[in-house]
Amino acid sequence: MADIVLDKVSKKFPDGTIAVRDVDLEIADGEFVILVGPSGCGKSTTLNMIAGLEDISSGELRIGGERVNDKAPRDRDIAMVFQSYALYPNMTVRENMAFPLQLAKLDKKTINQKVEEAAKVLELTPLLDRRPANLSGGQRQRVAMGRAIVRKPKAFLMDEPLSNLDAKLRVQMRTVVSRLQKRLGTTTVYVTHDQTEAMTLGDRVVIMRGGAVQQVGPPQELYDNPHNLFVAGFIGSPSMNFLPAAIEESRLRTALGDVPIGDRIRRELSRADAPRELILGIRPEHFEDAELIDEETRRRGIVFEAPVDIVESMGSDKYVYLTVEGERATAAELEELAADAGAADFTGVGSHLVTRLSAESTVTEGQNRRVWFNLEKIHLFNPADGRNLTLREGRAAGALAD
Amino acid sequence: MADTTTRVKLQWGVLNTVVVVFALIPVLWIMSLSFKTPATLTDGKFIPREWTLENYRNIFDTDQFVRALVNSIGIALIATVIAVVLGTMAAYAIARLDFPGKRLLVGVALLIAMFPQVSLVSPLFEIERQLGLFDTWPGLILPYITFALPLAIYTLSAFFKQVPWDLEKAAKMDGATQGQAFRRVIAPLAAPGVFTTAILVFIFCWNDFLFAISLTSTERSRTVPVALSFFTGESQFEDPTGAICAAAVVITVPIILFVLFFQRRIVSGLTSGAVKG
Ligand SMILES: Nc1ncnc2c1ncn2[C@@H]1O[C@H](COP(=O)(O)OP(=O)(O)O)[C@@H](O)[C@H]1O
Ligand SMILES: [Mg+2]
Repeated sequence: MADIVLDKVSKKFPDGTIAVRDVDLEIADGEFVILVGPSGCGKSTTLNMIAGLEDISSGELRIGGERVNDKAPRDRDIAMVFQSYALYPNMTVRENMAFPLQLAKLDKKTINQKVEEAAKVLELTPLLDRRPANLSGGQRQRVAMGRAIVRKPKAFLMDEPLSNLDAKLRVQMRTVVSRLQKRLGTTTVYVTHDQTEAMTLGDRVVIMRGGAVQQVGPPQELYDNPHNLFVAGFIGSPSMNFLPAAIEESRLRTALGDVPIGDRIRRELSRADAPRELILGIRPEHFEDAELIDEETRRRGIVFEAPVDIVESMGSDKYVYLTVEGERATAAELEELAADAGAADFTGVGSHLVTRLSAESTVTEGQNRRVWFNLEKIHLFNPADGRNLTLREGRAAGALAD
Repeated sequence: MADTTTRVKLQWGVLNTVVVVFALIPVLWIMSLSFKTPATLTDGKFIPREWTLENYRNIFDTDQFVRALVNSIGIALIATVIAVVLGTMAAYAIARLDFPGKRLLVGVALLIAMFPQVSLVSPLFEIERQLGLFDTWPGLILPYITFALPLAIYTLSAFFKQVPWDLEKAAKMDGATQGQAFRRVIAPLAAPGVFTTAILVFIFCWNDFLFAISLTSTERSRTVPVALSFFTGESQFEDPTGAICAAAVVITVPIILFVLFFQRRIVSGLTSGAVKG
């Protein structure tokens, strides 16, 4: 077991593609870190550099305090689980799992004992003598995990290990992975493009875009205090709603009505390079049916009226899609999120507002409804660079902050 | 729907039968001739009226044929082994690595395969005589390897490209050196390709007539196809047709054995289960 440190690590491919640029990351011993981002953002390349399967173009990689840039994968003592599982089809499950131990020149008895042990943990014992071709997807996935844990490496690397499973199995395996990591306490770097996996699995999440790290932090931290538009739009399902907000004196004109702004935001906006328009972001759960809130709560936000398009009752609460007039928010980040297949359900910039109201709300489709939203929870972004203007010392402070 | 599939099946069935009959009739005819007595040889009957093993006994009595058979087997096997081993290494490099001059290498290999062999016979004859390789085993093995290699590289690199790259990465992560990854993971998976290539190369060497007749002069290294052409009867007046037919049947046997032996190993879908769910 060991910590992993990436110090200004970059990757430039021979064809000139810069897949990873200046990534700084410190992964503590035993930590479970998730690399997440849309496809093509350099997650696999980063992982492969940690593994030693790709050379590091510049920067330094340290595992357990030791520089390993020039070490072969076999000398780094790291195990990897591949998206494709990469099981050896000519070997049985037992032989697959024994392979790393044989290469480590352990004696037969120890190998057998370790394989049986790992098989028990992953409930593979009855399958030990089958070949990969005769296993289901979920079973293959478990064999791949088994092959990784069997030799107790310094760290696990996993590249989208669950993305080939169907939705139900994926949820199931998610808990298996999580439990396994906690039980073994091995440093783990896990790559995914699925934000739900990122939110539920790791101790910390690293969000990447175009080869660069956008933000690092515990999942809740990223959810509550996104540093920029990209992080805000990527984390959360359904995603945050984005609206254009024109700056006018001491308020912002939006499709939901005029939003007052506090001194801090005003100071930001008085700077010479300040944008003329902002992007307003609100998460679905920060809306509420105006009928259901008391006077004091009402004062912390504003109320608007909009036609109700669709009501999806989830039992615990209601997803209500409201039609909003006016232009859509535009920014490079939002287009990228909408284009990425991994965020196919990206609803942030549609002509609809996605809101999550209490189950008690009597809202029905087709009516005009008065809906409230919380001004303390909104985010304002600069469309030019995507920066979150409502952050104060790394925490989101809403529009009204002084 | 069912109608069309039956019709399609029928069409293919008829077509296949025609092709198989077309290919097999001459072979069966030769077999039939090899069992006939000299007197009934030209009676035009498909089934011999009188069966005899005389022809077979005759060819195995002559030292000429047995010696040629040994030469053929030895030369073809050695050339096949060397060509497949070299071809495997070259094909692996072509399939896996990006090195300068890769396209050139592939192009040159293709060029060699297309080069008319006839035009190389006289130069080779001169070269081999100078080097003392004329009428020796290596004298045939070398040109066979040269002309079999492009074929071997081509078929093998196609097979190597099918082996998932991830398997090699996985092996490296599991602690294998490049060599171990190749031997224990890649090579077993490319085995069907290796066997297919071995069959093709072996058949090429076994059937060759051009080099064998030009680069040999005695029984020391003469192979069966050439020996066959030197067949004469016991006496000047005896018709060697029966003996030639018997020899032709005999030399197809190793090919059939070779193919049957390796075919069991060419299990398609050997790589299934390696990747995906
Ligand atoms: N061998 C390579 N040569 C050139 N470019 C590559 C190579 N491998 C990946 N890339 C590029 O690097 C970027 C990052 O790729 P990758 O790390 O696989 O993304 P991710 O895993 O996040 O989907 C992509 O734009 C991809 O096209
Ligand atoms: Mg990837």
